[in-house]
Amino acid sequence: MIPELGNFFLIMAFINAIFLGVLSFVGAQKEHKGLMRFSKRASISSFVLILLSYICLTVSFITNDFSVQYVANHSNTQLPIYYRISAVWGAHEGSLLLWVLILTGWMAAVALFSKSLPKVLVTRVLGVMGFIAVGFIAFTLFTSNPFERVFPFIPIDGADLNPLLQDFGLIVHPPMLYMGYVGFSVVFAFAIAGLLQGDLDHHWARWSRPWTTVAWIFMSLGIALGSWWAYYELGWGGWWFWDPVENASFMPWLAGTALIHSLAATEKRGVFKSWTVLLAILTFSLSLLGTFLVRSGVLTSVHSFASDPVRGRFILVFLGIVVGVSLLIYAIQSSKIRSKANFGLFSRETALLFNNALLAVVTFMVLLGTLHPLIQEAFTGGKSSVGPPYFNLMFSIFMIPILILMPIGQQINWKQEPIKPLLTKYWLWAISSIIVGLAIVIIMGDLQPMAIVGTTLGLWVLAGCAKYVLAQASKSDSFSAGLKKISRSYWGMLVAHLGVAVTVLGVVLTSYFSIEENIKIRLGETVEVEDLSVEFYDFKNTEGPNYISSGGSFKVSSDGELITKLHPEKRKYNASRMVMTEADIDAGLFRDIYIVMGEPLDDGAWAISVHYKPFVRWIWLGTIFMALGGLLAISDKRYRQRRREKKQAKKDQVQSAEVSGE
Amino acid sequence: MMKTLFTALIVMMSFQLQAVIETYEFETPEQEQLYTEIINELRCPKCQNQTIAESNAGLSEDLRYIVYQKVSQNQTKREILAYMQERYGDFVLYDPPVKPSNYFLWFAPIIVFLIILAAVLTKVGRRRVKGEQSESGEE
Repeated sequence: MIPELGNFFLIMAFINAIFLGVLSFVGAQKEHKGLMRFSKRASISSFVLILLSYICLTVSFITNDFSVQYVANHSNTQLPIYYRISAVWGAHEGSLLLWVLILTGWMAAVALFSKSLPKVLVTRVLGVMGFIAVGFIAFTLFTSNPFERVFPFIPIDGADLNPLLQDFGLIVHPPMLYMGYVGFSVVFAFAIAGLLQGDLDHHWARWSRPWTTVAWIFMSLGIALGSWWAYYELGWGGWWFWDPVENASFMPWLAGTALIHSLAATEKRGVFKSWTVLLAILTFSLSLLGTFLVRSGVLTSVHSFASDPVRGRFILVFLGIVVGVSLLIYAIQSSKIRSKANFGLFSRETALLFNNALLAVVTFMVLLGTLHPLIQEAFTGGKSSVGPPYFNLMFSIFMIPILILMPIGQQINWKQEPIKPLLTKYWLWAISSIIVGLAIVIIMGDLQPMAIVGTTLGLWVLAGCAKYVLAQASKSDSFSAGLKKISRSYWGMLVAHLGVAVTVLGVVLTSYFSIEENIKIRLGETVEVEDLSVEFYDFKNTEGPNYISSGGSFKVSSDGELITKLHPEKRKYNASRMVMTEADIDAGLFRDIYIVMGEPLDDGAWAISVHYKPFVRWIWLGTIFMALGGLLAISDKRYRQRRREKKQAKKDQVQSAEVSGE
Repeated sequence: MMKTLFTALIVMMSFQLQAVIETYEFETPEQEQLYTEIINELRCPKCQNQTIAESNAGLSEDLRYIVYQKVSQNQTKREILAYMQERYGDFVLYDPPVKPSNYFLWFAPIIVFLIILAAVLTKVGRRRVKGEQSESGEE
């Protein structure tokens, strides 16, 4: 009964979304008040209907309703309740429902939080989003319905959730990522609505900015969570593999990052309007492309969903329609967009242009590397691979100029700045970065040229942020008064750029100075790994809720002093019979010690892997800073001010109404 | 044709969840480093998308052993990669070789960047001229 109800809500939502899409456009065209009001209400009701449908699926999971195919395939009576709730998005069908839930959630948010915006524009935005929702709900209903039943032979127990997904990181990672992917649909919808209207003034950029930033924050955190999860769960100590599915999320993130920067220029100076709009379209298109790559199975990847060709074809057609139609609208309407302001060669506008050019090329490079094997196979039939060596090299080539320009770009003035004083301001900071970078690399041990370059650049960006704060503070009478003068959005930028520096340092230092050794060790034995001595002091078999675990206990010490005790495990899951390694990690701000259990060897010894990973936490710490920067930026006064103005306006209205009433 | 391809993909979906830990012993640390480097650049020919370092499929295990032997015989990275390429094709090389069919892959991003750079600079240059003109016009 409950699954049918879920299905019913889904169908209702589908019909609702069709009406939303069609009637919004009609309403906006005719400026019909009733239809515009309908558009808002229909957005909210779409969300409510999908939420109800989603709850139905969750209930089916909680009550172990194995007559539902999807539940039977991805759950089990032994599965703890919290994993049963998160198993809803553990595979293709359910995660698609989550995707639609989030999409309609964004839609409802736009409907609710855009009271200060022109009604016609909002109606068009909701219309565009409504059509996107139609596409995705149709995809769910017709190719991947999670409510399908398996009558009459109902399985007694389910096949269990993939053990890889039975983990906290994987509970949070997909929703975060989807918030980002789908969040870019808002700025996309704004772009299309603006194009259709033919007037994209700076208001357009101001309205789109916070939505874009919020989506970007979620996406950043989602990607970082995925990377962190891979690090501790997959058991080989890596944190980024340039896997097609990772690239699928990285591309919209890169494009979104470019978009955030060009939106800033568009809002403040009215420049690059046409490019910004195109970028908004491309960012969401890359989100859709990512969905296609992940769910169609055209790419071989470690963690894409198993899938059938119908789904791939559906998404491909949908992608083609969305990209085709939006580029067509762009082609017809973009000539109406005029950017006004002039700017000199040495100006923030130019710096942002470079930022966008570089980020666009990096995005293109990732896209090319991801699709190249496919394209080549289609043309020549030969199978080829593009992997980390290519991506790492190419990514570094383009990251170097980005990082060099970052501190200059964030301080240079809009419009025009003489170049000479600018350069004299920086040389001291540049030289100090090089010296400190060199010192760090010498302390870490190995004088590798790329490690020196990377460390120096990280420090250079760090120094740039410090320099900016110092320069602002020295303009005022006291330090704290100077700090107060820096606006929230500027703090946001600084903190986000600081995050970039932290991530860069983490990536470089971990990549070049990690120690990884596989050793043979017997119970009671002590083995030296570089400066660490590892003692295998205990071994136990224990039983978990749905698995049996063999766990070793290790003391790690250095110079006779105990640093930590680690308890890595090997788990065998009862239902799926899969064996998983659970690494144990002693995490620290400056280094992680990471032990993984391997196989028992013939002579009673165990093979274990010991990793020493300096600064690995900085990779994710930096992402947290980036997200915080985003939060600061959207909490800036000028967004709140509008609200205050609005409240004031309302008060005035009420007062005048009262006056006229008297 | 498409259908068989997809079925094949689904069959290949079976995950390898265990970390691979082998304890080969090397004469020198350089050899060990070379070994790690090479097994991290070779793709397991029958897995989803994994290096032979990560995969614990039987074939990967054999390939790692071959790499180990060749490293111990002091063969160079180039020789070992060429050996693998000859047997399993370009597919096993995560580092795509720089050859005509890969020129686009290797050089397109840089060419695209140069084009964008040229476009940006000419645009900014033109703008600047216009800006100066309009300023002088106001005078």
